[in-house]
Amino acid sequence: MSAVLRAPIPVVRQSSRHEHAVMETAFRGLARLAAILVFALLAAIVASLVIGSLPALRKYGVAFLANANWDPVQEDFGALVPIVGTVATAAIALFIAVPASFGIAVFLTELSPAWARRPLGMAIETLAAIPSIVYGMWGFFVLAPLLQQHVQPLMARSLGTIPGLERFFAAPIMGIGLFTAGVILAIMVIPFVAAIMRDVFELVPPMLKESAYALGATTWEVVGSVVLPYTKAGVIGGVMLGLGRALGETMAVTFVIGNAHRLSASLFAPGNSLASALANEFTEAVGDLYPAALLELGLVLFLITTLVLAASRLLLMRMRRGEGA
Amino acid sequence: MIAAVSLACVAHATDITGAGATFPYPIYAKWADAYKKATGIGVNYQSIGSGGGIKQVTAKTVDFGASDMPMKAEDLRKNGLVQFPAIMGGVVPVVKLAGVQPGQLRFTGELLAQIYLGRVTRWNDPAIAKMNAGVDLPDGNITVVHRSDGSGTTFLWTNYLSKVSAEFKSAVGEGTSVKFPAGVGGKGNEGVAAYVQKIEGAIGYVEYAYAKQNRLAHAQVQNASGKFVQSVSATFMAAAADAGWKSIPGMGVVLTNQAGDNAWPITGASFILMQARHEKSETAKEVLRFFKWAFENGDRMAEELDYVPMPHPVVGDIEASWKAITDINGKPVL
Repeated sequence: MSAVLRAPIPVVRQSSRHEHAVMETAFRGLARLAAILVFALLAAIVASLVIGSLPALRKYGVAFLANANWDPVQEDFGALVPIVGTVATAAIALFIAVPASFGIAVFLTELSPAWARRPLGMAIETLAAIPSIVYGMWGFFVLAPLLQQHVQPLMARSLGTIPGLERFFAAPIMGIGLFTAGVILAIMVIPFVAAIMRDVFELVPPMLKESAYALGATTWEVVGSVVLPYTKAGVIGGVMLGLGRALGETMAVTFVIGNAHRLSASLFAPGNSLASALANEFTEAVGDLYPAALLELGLVLFLITTLVLAASRLLLMRMRRGEGA
Repeated sequence: MIAAVSLACVAHATDITGAGATFPYPIYAKWADAYKKATGIGVNYQSIGSGGGIKQVTAKTVDFGASDMPMKAEDLRKNGLVQFPAIMGGVVPVVKLAGVQPGQLRFTGELLAQIYLGRVTRWNDPAIAKMNAGVDLPDGNITVVHRSDGSGTTFLWTNYLSKVSAEFKSAVGEGTSVKFPAGVGGKGNEGVAAYVQKIEGAIGYVEYAYAKQNRLAHAQVQNASGKFVQSVSATFMAAAADAGWKSIPGMGVVLTNQAGDNAWPITGASFILMQARHEKSETAKEVLRFFKWAFENGDRMAEELDYVPMPHPVVGDIEASWKAITDINGKPVL
């Protein structure tokens, strides 16, 4: 402390105009360079993905996306199974994570007693900091048996008896499969989505909310008619961030998805995801076509995440235009 | 690529570098450690997978590569590579069935193929009951567990099933990764072992060391001579002893389904790949010296880690084959 006090007060050095100009130019140049670097990196990644997957692109063309086969022996590769697995697990994850995160954020901003807010907020941030491999191992050793013994049989007995839905909840129940992967992903994205929702909910001017409460509105009405309309752009941004994370998550999914290149309607059946297939198979992929097909999976994943990002931007733009802002 | 660059930077002048298969990594690392203590020469082995090992040794970014699947003679010639086996292991089927002890269940190769094709799906199937009289087989589903990552273990397993079942050969075939018609995939031997331990009624295949260390219920398999054998190092050695090593260039023998009353039918070697001609013959010489030393001093270490060392007559053949590794003038480096 005393050292700080004794430290000389920094004096802004009087420098010539010329020196100022040089510094300014250098600083601008560096900032511009950093920005260009981002684009250059992005372009380089896309280019190397395309070049790497050229043999597969040439051989299979667009049919690659619709082919459900993945046979390294016959060198017949298609991305349909991992695409379905990626999209399905991300959808399950959002289906669970969005309402849960919303509840967490509403509780933290509207209902929680003041003393509980900080510990709860910190707990959520800590969840976000857990490495994905830990989620994977926990999912495999704890969550999967739990779901297998208690949750999935219940779902099969209830949801699985609704006409038209039987095939989505068909046995055998192994505890490993698309559903478990979706649940693990939900747990992993909840901290991100909840933290963003809480942050944007806190931005709502207290005057607006208090006015609504003063008019006799319930918490439900305040959240529905004041908070959400005010924050919907931020909420959608948070959901999209969660979706992006769910689409690209690798290690945790690999542990519990079952890693089988088979298409099945049942959510309890093992499947595969794009990132997980890459992580599993890249090291021992020999030959020209096999690694190329794997790189093309990477390219497909990149395209899907880009599409999701673009769609969310578009949605936000539309909304802003609608609001006239 | 990044691994290659970092390897090149890390390597000391006299040190040698290798990269490739993950299966033999523990024993190569142990040998390297002991070799460093004995000679002061470091051996840097990166377990990046067989595919990466082949690529890097072909590109000359490492001094030797390692692959679990032998390269074909024409591929060796095309890439100017020389190949020899360095260490062996066995693959064993393991099951999780209440009341079934290690070594108790018996399978024929054909039955294993039928299970992995998804044709035999219940434990009380007559085909299983027939060869397991006296074992209380439950009326439950068989959950097939296979590797999700490409691996030499899968290569040996599918190579064996393809040899004993024409149907498996045409429907699935052999390779480090194949399209399994049934089951779930676990990552690594440890992943398969964990699945098998967790799922009642599961069957999987793992390296012998994993079955032993995890005390999984391994099963007997009928060999080419019609005998049911247990997976122990003696039966792996028996499979390797009389395998006609010199019949294939590069000694690329796959030891599955070998004749011999005592031979374990799913045995295999892991291979070292080197450039045939070397500008810097000194490093090639160091690589060969390392493996010579390992063949002479490394058997105990291999057995401690549940690997199977190369039988001594075969080591003689391997060292004779090193004549093909030369400097640019065609003079053998060792």
